[in-house]
Amino acid sequence: MSAHSSQVPLLETRDLQRAFGHGDHAVRAVERVSFSIQPGEIVAIVGESGSGKTTLARLLLRLLDSTGGRILLRGEDVTDLRRSNDLKAYWRKVQGVFQDPFAAFNQFYTNRRVLENALKLLNHGLPRQEHTQRIEAALREVGLDPADTLDKWPHQLSGGQVQRVMIARALVIGPELLIADEPTSMLDASLRVTVLNLLLALRKQHNMGIIFITHDLGQAYYVSDRILVMYQGELVEQGPVEKVFAMPKHEYTQRLLADVPRLRGA
Amino acid sequence: MIIKNVRAYYAAGSGPEVKAVDGVSLAIREGDVLGIAGESGCGKSTLAAVMSLTARPPLNVKGGEMSLNGKTFSLVEQAKFPRDWHGKMVALLPQRAMNSLNPTARVRDFVVDVVRAHDSTVRPRAAIEQARERLEQLSLPARVLESYPHQLSGGMRQRVVAVISTLLNPQVLIADEPTSALDVSSQKQLVLLLKLLLECRFITRIVYITHDLPMLSNIANFIIVMYAGKVAEIGTTQQIVNEPRHPYTHALITSTLDPDLRVREHQLEGIRGAPPDLRYPPTGCRFHPRCPRVMEICSREEPPIVGEEERYAACWWVFEQSKTAGGKEAQS
Repeated sequence: MSAHSSQVPLLETRDLQRAFGHGDHAVRAVERVSFSIQPGEIVAIVGESGSGKTTLARLLLRLLDSTGGRILLRGEDVTDLRRSNDLKAYWRKVQGVFQDPFAAFNQFYTNRRVLENALKLLNHGLPRQEHTQRIEAALREVGLDPADTLDKWPHQLSGGQVQRVMIARALVIGPELLIADEPTSMLDASLRVTVLNLLLALRKQHNMGIIFITHDLGQAYYVSDRILVMYQGELVEQGPVEKVFAMPKHEYTQRLLADVPRLRGA
Repeated sequence: MIIKNVRAYYAAGSGPEVKAVDGVSLAIREGDVLGIAGESGCGKSTLAAVMSLTARPPLNVKGGEMSLNGKTFSLVEQAKFPRDWHGKMVALLPQRAMNSLNPTARVRDFVVDVVRAHDSTVRPRAAIEQARERLEQLSLPARVLESYPHQLSGGMRQRVVAVISTLLNPQVLIADEPTSALDVSSQKQLVLLLKLLLECRFITRIVYITHDLPMLSNIANFIIVMYAGKVAEIGTTQQIVNEPRHPYTHALITSTLDPDLRVREHQLEGIRGAPPDLRYPPTGCRFHPRCPRVMEICSREEPPIVGEEERYAACWWVFEQSKTAGGKEAQS
């Protein structure tokens, strides 16, 4: 391990791979992906549909096993965690927010039950009152009124509100890293901005590292410090946002930038 | 083509009806692309269903008429329109159009079905030939006719369906979020294809419905901004993008994220709150609970229409502004 603990990245991948199928028919969804993220950093992963973004997110969340390469959390190898207690310990530090908020929640559970279930991931023995406090604090942080939200079912809230409950669900656990897989693509333009602002606020207040996955370069540009471009499973370009936008090196990045519709033509 | 005063409500069990489209009128000239912008639940897809004559219960058309080529008819009894109007007069290109291809049949079989549904005397071979010609004119590969849907990419399937659904040269193509399931590169290609269809006069007009303003500004000449079933503002694309009048349009524009240096300089606002439940629409102006310019009168009375037929906003604040501006001009 490195001598200075501050230089150990929050999360690092080395040649991470995932293939589906075998032999000639194997689909290499993620191919030798290496990158790292520091605490308090927002890294955007952009690419078109089928570029392997979501597979990468699932690998990083340890919801899917890799077929090669390593994942390190604060320098510790987590690639081969299998035991449920080890994985739970990992998920206390790394949490996810997904694309479709309605598909992510059990439609028959109230928001209170969803959030209390999430707390079970933490060590037991918290007094009940503290449970409630934590849940209410998380909801307030995402801009929802606990009294107005807790006893409702997902279908009684709008898409933007459910997406915020999903972020609150991650927040009650207090992760160090949040992996947000297209959290705004099902939301309207006006609500998108509020979710993106929320991610910026989380970074500021909790020094959380955030991996923001999107196909929308405008959103990536708005929130992130660094940008990684994925194409056919590989990372084809990475660098500070300003640099990638001002001087895209890879042909695919150039095409992606040229194809984005701009409000005033350009 | 002129659409007047469309009202379309969804029956919702024993409760009050959902007033999804409430008194919308619009006009569209030959060769134009009319954009309809708004958030989910503003009624834009309902309007698309009414205009494409595909509204069926529980969606009930309560009123409205359509004039096309000098003829005027009521939109209320949608099921009574001749079947062959679909595709010939109005064609619909929905968001998931690409999934309308039969996965077990080749694309050419779909072409035969579409053409022969309107004219059963056309021989299958002639129908395929017609499609081949059309694809070549649009510089799309004719080999797609021999393909099964799974052999084509999502973007290509969407383009193929766009071509097939306009084979009969409809008067109006209603494109309802045709690009929102596609990635940016396929989006651009579909928009280019629609523009080409218009240029080649295979279609006469396009109504393009989306929540994506940057996309709309690249294809439409005119834009209608809808909110909660009503028209908030109408204008040319230039007017809407550069001189928005309605606070809602303004908020929509400031919450778009162009990949641009200016985006990072300051935090954007978004729009607070959420769109209303249309079973119980807010009194007065439907935007007033979320409006940054809300005044006392907004919650009491319906907003006035300020402007002319082709350039107006329905808003009390705009009304006040225009009064004071008019007053100043009179003084000087």
